[in-house]
Amino acid sequence: MDLAFTLNLVESTIRLSTPLLFAALAGLYSERSGIFDISLEGKMLIAAFASASAAAVWGSAFLGLFVGILAATAFSLVHGLASITYRGNQIVSGVAINFIAAGLTIILGQSWFSQGGRTPSLFGGGRFTPIHLPGADAAESIPVIGPIYANVISGQTILVYVAFLMVPLTWWVLFRTRFGLRLRAVGENPAAVDTAGISVPWLRYRAVIICGILTGFAGTYLAVAQAAGFTRDMTAGKGYIALAALIFANWKPVPVMFACLLFGFLDAVSIRIQGVELPVVGEISVQFVQALPYVLTVVLLAGFVGKATPPKAGGVPYVKER
Amino acid sequence: MAEPAIELIGIDKRFGAVRANKAIDLTVERGTIHGIIGENGAGKSTLMSIIYGFYQADSGEIRVGGKKVEITDPNAAIAAGIGMVHQHFMLVHNFTVVENVMLGAEQSPLLRAGIGKVRAELKRLEEDHGLDVDPDAVIEDLAVGRQQRVEILKALYRGADILILDEPTGVLTPSEADHLFEVLQQLRAEGKTIILITHKLREIMAITDNVSVMRQGEMVATRKTSETSVAELAELMVGRRVLLTVDKGEARPSNVLLDVKGLTVKDGRGVTMVDDVSFSVRAGEIVGIAGVAGNGQSELLEALSGIRRAEAGQISICGREIDPTRETDPAEIRRIGCAHVPEDRHHMGLVLPFEENENSVLGYQDDKRFRKGVLLDQNAMRRDAREKIEAYDIRPPDCRLKTSNFSGGNQQKIVLAREMERDPDVLLIGQPTRGVDVGAIEFIHKRIVEMRDAGKAILLVSVELDEIRALSDRILVMFAGRIVGERGPDATEGDLGLLMAGVEETPEAAE
Repeated sequence: MDLAFTLNLVESTIRLSTPLLFAALAGLYSERSGIFDISLEGKMLIAAFASASAAAVWGSAFLGLFVGILAATAFSLVHGLASITYRGNQIVSGVAINFIAAGLTIILGQSWFSQGGRTPSLFGGGRFTPIHLPGADAAESIPVIGPIYANVISGQTILVYVAFLMVPLTWWVLFRTRFGLRLRAVGENPAAVDTAGISVPWLRYRAVIICGILTGFAGTYLAVAQAAGFTRDMTAGKGYIALAALIFANWKPVPVMFACLLFGFLDAVSIRIQGVELPVVGEISVQFVQALPYVLTVVLLAGFVGKATPPKAGGVPYVKER
Repeated sequence: MAEPAIELIGIDKRFGAVRANKAIDLTVERGTIHGIIGENGAGKSTLMSIIYGFYQADSGEIRVGGKKVEITDPNAAIAAGIGMVHQHFMLVHNFTVVENVMLGAEQSPLLRAGIGKVRAELKRLEEDHGLDVDPDAVIEDLAVGRQQRVEILKALYRGADILILDEPTGVLTPSEADHLFEVLQQLRAEGKTIILITHKLREIMAITDNVSVMRQGEMVATRKTSETSVAELAELMVGRRVLLTVDKGEARPSNVLLDVKGLTVKDGRGVTMVDDVSFSVRAGEIVGIAGVAGNGQSELLEALSGIRRAEAGQISICGREIDPTRETDPAEIRRIGCAHVPEDRHHMGLVLPFEENENSVLGYQDDKRFRKGVLLDQNAMRRDAREKIEAYDIRPPDCRLKTSNFSGGNQQKIVLAREMERDPDVLLIGQPTRGVDVGAIEFIHKRIVEMRDAGKAILLVSVELDEIRALSDRILVMFAGRIVGERGPDATEGDLGLLMAGVEETPEAAE
């Protein structure tokens, strides 16, 4: 394994973990406030579709992002309405959103663009393109650090930088601001928040809206940065993997980043390992490698690795009256 | 004279069909400790939740310092200088003390400034009141007494002048309780007003200046503590109800069917609720357990019926030894011949969304009579249910009706019919007539006496003193988890009331 191969692997790990990171942080806000959200998948999908459509029509990646965020936030508010205002079952609401997103994207895509559920291919300003950081070319000649800077740190799309900046930002919001304190409290003991004179529903709605915005980023990244347009079911379970990463990381921002990187790494390896003769085991079947992230998810969720302690009030609608 | 700290005028509150507070008037003088006593469910906690803005009164007026205030939410209560220490602490278990104290009173969008202020204030409160607690400790690592201290600190940090404590000693050890009282006295000395809600008469006598008594949602009396007595308060609390008369002949007790030795039971919080209790019940007698609710009767019944594991002790039912310290299967206890009418029919006795006939066999659904192979024999179930409906006059007589559609009294009859018609040798009955109308009470009492005359051993737990006196052949009084006395059925209310209040037998009383 030479340096170029390693750098390439690291670079694609970062690329592949970006949508997971957006989605997992989205879930973190929602679940820390006590609203379980398995509709990350559906919201990413609708955002991917909405952003790709908008970018295709208007030719602007940023407009695409804006529309993607709007779409995901609208779905978030539906989940919020069901689980906060109407105190419904959060899992049922989440599953419903996933179904609606899967169906709606195909139907609307077919009726608007008539390309079998795809959106038109994006090009030029319709996509987020890699940003070359200053001095990247010049730095390449510096041993080790140079290539890392030039190939891994430089040359990513703006959304990748946003995703990784969201990690310290989320940590800071959660542990250093009033909003974060209340958010963490309402997920653990909403009655304590209520008796302290703070509105439980308003707090949870804000968390759900943030969740919508971040899933909007996640979906947009998939369709407008990583790929050049929307294809049906393009999230392919990433929302669930993000959820697994969130649980694996015990609902903490920095561990969430590492969990997402781990899943992204497995994904990157699975692409590279295909058709490669490995010593001892020989050629590994593509299916096996592709299944690895999901197998790991099951292993993690079954509690073989550490013990997950979810927010205590998660999934339970808050009812004040006896 | 100074304006009273807080005045309530005509406070009324309903929860559905239940009127939890009926036209409550209350005046609390500034700088006093004012006790509010009453049995569980008398409406004390509801009233305090109204003062704190957690619930809104349906009608009535609250005045703080002589001025009318609208307390629409806890913020308004905090602004009016009212702080509350809830019975179930309103703390975030994985937060530190500092975080809990500042929650909702952070001062600025960023936490840093607030943290410094909380620390300084906690230090001051520690020095002034001896309320020491490690500001960086996580709540779940603290003992219950310490957690309560955090609740008090929360209220004081928010500048509370009037402090409401809801059953503060329920979870405390005696020494923790003593320390709490010292703190409260100190706060009073500084001019704070304290409202103490409890059902423990001893605490009222020990620490309060004035005391108000609540019963069934009503404020029945207010007294100066120095001018009243435990006996008077006990009587006010329990109330003189219409005397129930039950036609019953002489009991003819024979062999012991239920024998309990040294039973000790802790509740979910680890507090000892039943403390080394021993007694026996013979065939053909009704033994009544009297006591103010919350003195261990519930845990006693749960341990006997196999629902709750005991810490120590021996139980023998119909000659069969049962180790209550091991996990027991309630179905096993039932098979031995011990039926149980739980105190709370909604929580334990019935599944409300089920049809009547399903509840009518609940717990006995594995019985051969109700089974057809692996399936339930629905016809047999309904036939059986219809017989019970007939025998117990359950109304409406429809075994397919959802149980939640029956009235409280009829629901209770469903449970009683199920347990009594099994013809058990030992019958444990908790609160047989709670929430039951007068007609049904009479019927239920008659059935209980019939069971006795048929040679069953009956253990009756009730907070209704009249019921205990009317039915029991022997009365055991429970206080703080112990059986503090045994009386015959002709014991006077005053005598039992004193025992229930935990007043040790004095030489005068023995004369």
